[in-house]
Amino acid sequence: MNLAEAKKKKKLLSVMVLLFALIVVMFFVSLSTGVIKIAPGDVIKTLFNQGTDRQELVLFDFRLPGILLALLIGAGLAVSGVILQGITQNELADPGILGINTGAGLAVVLFLYFFKNQLDPTSSFSIFIMPVAALVGAVVAAVIIYALAWKKGVNPIRLVLVGIGVNAGFAAFLTIFQLKMDPQDFRQATVWLTGDIWNASWNMVFALVPWMLVLIPIALHKAPSLNVMNLGDEVASGLGTSVESERRFLLFIAVALAGASVAAGGGIAFLGLVIPHIARKIMGPLHQYIIPVSTLLGALLLMVSDTIGKNLLAPTEIPVGIIVSLLSAPYFVYLLMKTK
Amino acid sequence: MRSFIHHSNISKIIIHILTILALIVAIGLSVSYGSTKIEFATVWQAVFHFNPELTSHQVVQELRLPRAVSAAFVGAFLAVSGAIMQGMTRNPLASPSIMGVTDGAAFALVLMLAFAPGISNMGLIGSSFVGAGIAVALVFMIGSFSASGLTPVKLALAGVAIGTMLRSVSSIISLHFNLEKEMGFWLAGGLDGTSWTSVQILLISGGVGLLLALSISKSITLLSLGEDIATGLGQNNFLIKILGIVAILILTGAAVSIAGAVGFVGLIVPHITRFIIGTDYRWIIPTSVLFGALLLVLSDVVSRLVNAPFETPVGAITSLIGVPFFLYLARGSGGGK
Repeated sequence: MNLAEAKKKKKLLSVMVLLFALIVVMFFVSLSTGVIKIAPGDVIKTLFNQGTDRQELVLFDFRLPGILLALLIGAGLAVSGVILQGITQNELADPGILGINTGAGLAVVLFLYFFKNQLDPTSSFSIFIMPVAALVGAVVAAVIIYALAWKKGVNPIRLVLVGIGVNAGFAAFLTIFQLKMDPQDFRQATVWLTGDIWNASWNMVFALVPWMLVLIPIALHKAPSLNVMNLGDEVASGLGTSVESERRFLLFIAVALAGASVAAGGGIAFLGLVIPHIARKIMGPLHQYIIPVSTLLGALLLMVSDTIGKNLLAPTEIPVGIIVSLLSAPYFVYLLMKTK
Repeated sequence: MRSFIHHSNISKIIIHILTILALIVAIGLSVSYGSTKIEFATVWQAVFHFNPELTSHQVVQELRLPRAVSAAFVGAFLAVSGAIMQGMTRNPLASPSIMGVTDGAAFALVLMLAFAPGISNMGLIGSSFVGAGIAVALVFMIGSFSASGLTPVKLALAGVAIGTMLRSVSSIISLHFNLEKEMGFWLAGGLDGTSWTSVQILLISGGVGLLLALSISKSITLLSLGEDIATGLGQNNFLIKILGIVAILILTGAAVSIAGAVGFVGLIVPHITRFIIGTDYRWIIPTSVLFGALLLVLSDVVSRLVNAPFETPVGAITSLIGVPFFLYLARGSGGGK
């Protein structure tokens, strides 16, 4: 047993090192590509304050915050997906499919609409308050979905179907709301809702870092509960886990992670669904291994998608959510065909 | 679902007559309401004693009437498509929007607008058939290759996946070619901009689809009892399914090319119809025509009133009506056990 565990730990370490190396490589690729190309050597020079003013402007004011945000959002959505799949015992759960992302998006759009005149949208206060608005929306959406799916307990299939329905409902409200916004704002909002790292600024990075730094370690700390829950409610309560309260607490963590990610990155779908599966395939069913691997994998996938989106049809920027959907929807279809 | 009226053809005929009357009233409402209200008497005169010198008569003849008639056709076509899908697959959640058909048609339209901007109206409709067809084929393929067959939840998720993928590609194309506005219109669904040409297109292509649907209605009833029973009664299920899919494609393609992605009509109407009229598709299809037409004409009126003087996309209205219904189904038969 101990030998197997030591082996697992070693594997985790090597996977993490490999992923980290990939992230570093992609980080530099991402920094150097774009409408204005900066050679990798110059990127390093600029990072050490040796570049030209123009290079500094492009890197520090535009690219670096965007890339850091992609890393943070990817990690957040992936861990949110891990938790949701664990607590619902449903392999197809994901904050996007369940409608939590759309709920958070609706809240942010409403917030921007009602307080636009009182707040300067680029001021640091409104940037720090936006994840909170998204969180409120995400929690409300989660409560609505959970309540509507409740029928003497929550059946995983019903939860997914109800999620799809609620998602469509929120989307309809957003469409109706469109007429009340001025066209420029609306366009921005719709692009953002398909998943776009929007308003990439250092303030947004600073607004997001604490959420991830607090919530992901909590999720990791709760990994044993997730492992037990995977065995089914009856076994879990037999082993002394108070299932409902643990589940609600973990649901809150997942919703908070999704909410914060949506505030910065919009409704990026499928990422939270696919990453946990890949992590499980590499590391097996234990969450203390799945969560760290998912964190890095999610960050990597979103950064790569962001880079593709920026360069595929340059100078047109494709919202990152679209690239993520294109990359991960086929895998989702494969999962769908495989699961019973 | 049980029907509450049993075996009496007279009561079915009465229901049809009442629905037709309601539809006429609804079309009347649709023509008279709008940014300027036009009295019923004027509407009557504009239709039967048209005077080209009166603006109100022109508004009725050129704008409002074709719009109301198009709404009726589009609603009818979507409802019949949904009815055929639900009958053939025995799946309560089958419907054009859930299965990504509308996304497929919109995808083909965006593709045509981007790469063949001078394309004719007929060309646009043809391409939306093809797009709808690709989406249906993909969703059915996922269903039939999947480990436990085409369960309601699989169908819905496969529809979500295919729909999202097609929409992603459409977004990329529309961003690159600056077609967001056109794309947004198709994704939201709307009936403004319909003309008598739209009515003609709907009448010709949809008429064929409707006749086809009616001609296989008896066989769909048998299929809805189960494939084994249908085979046992000597029916060529494969042929019926092909004909059914062709009818679905023609009807949905025509509807989407005129009105964009109007969701949930094809989901709700067949359920209501089955509840009222029973399980015989020889009745379900004509009744779905009337109910679908009525639903969309009324939704179109609501879409103009809800935020007057602006128009709300009619797809948003049908979604708001459809979502509670979908949730009811998801809690019941769809997500049962």
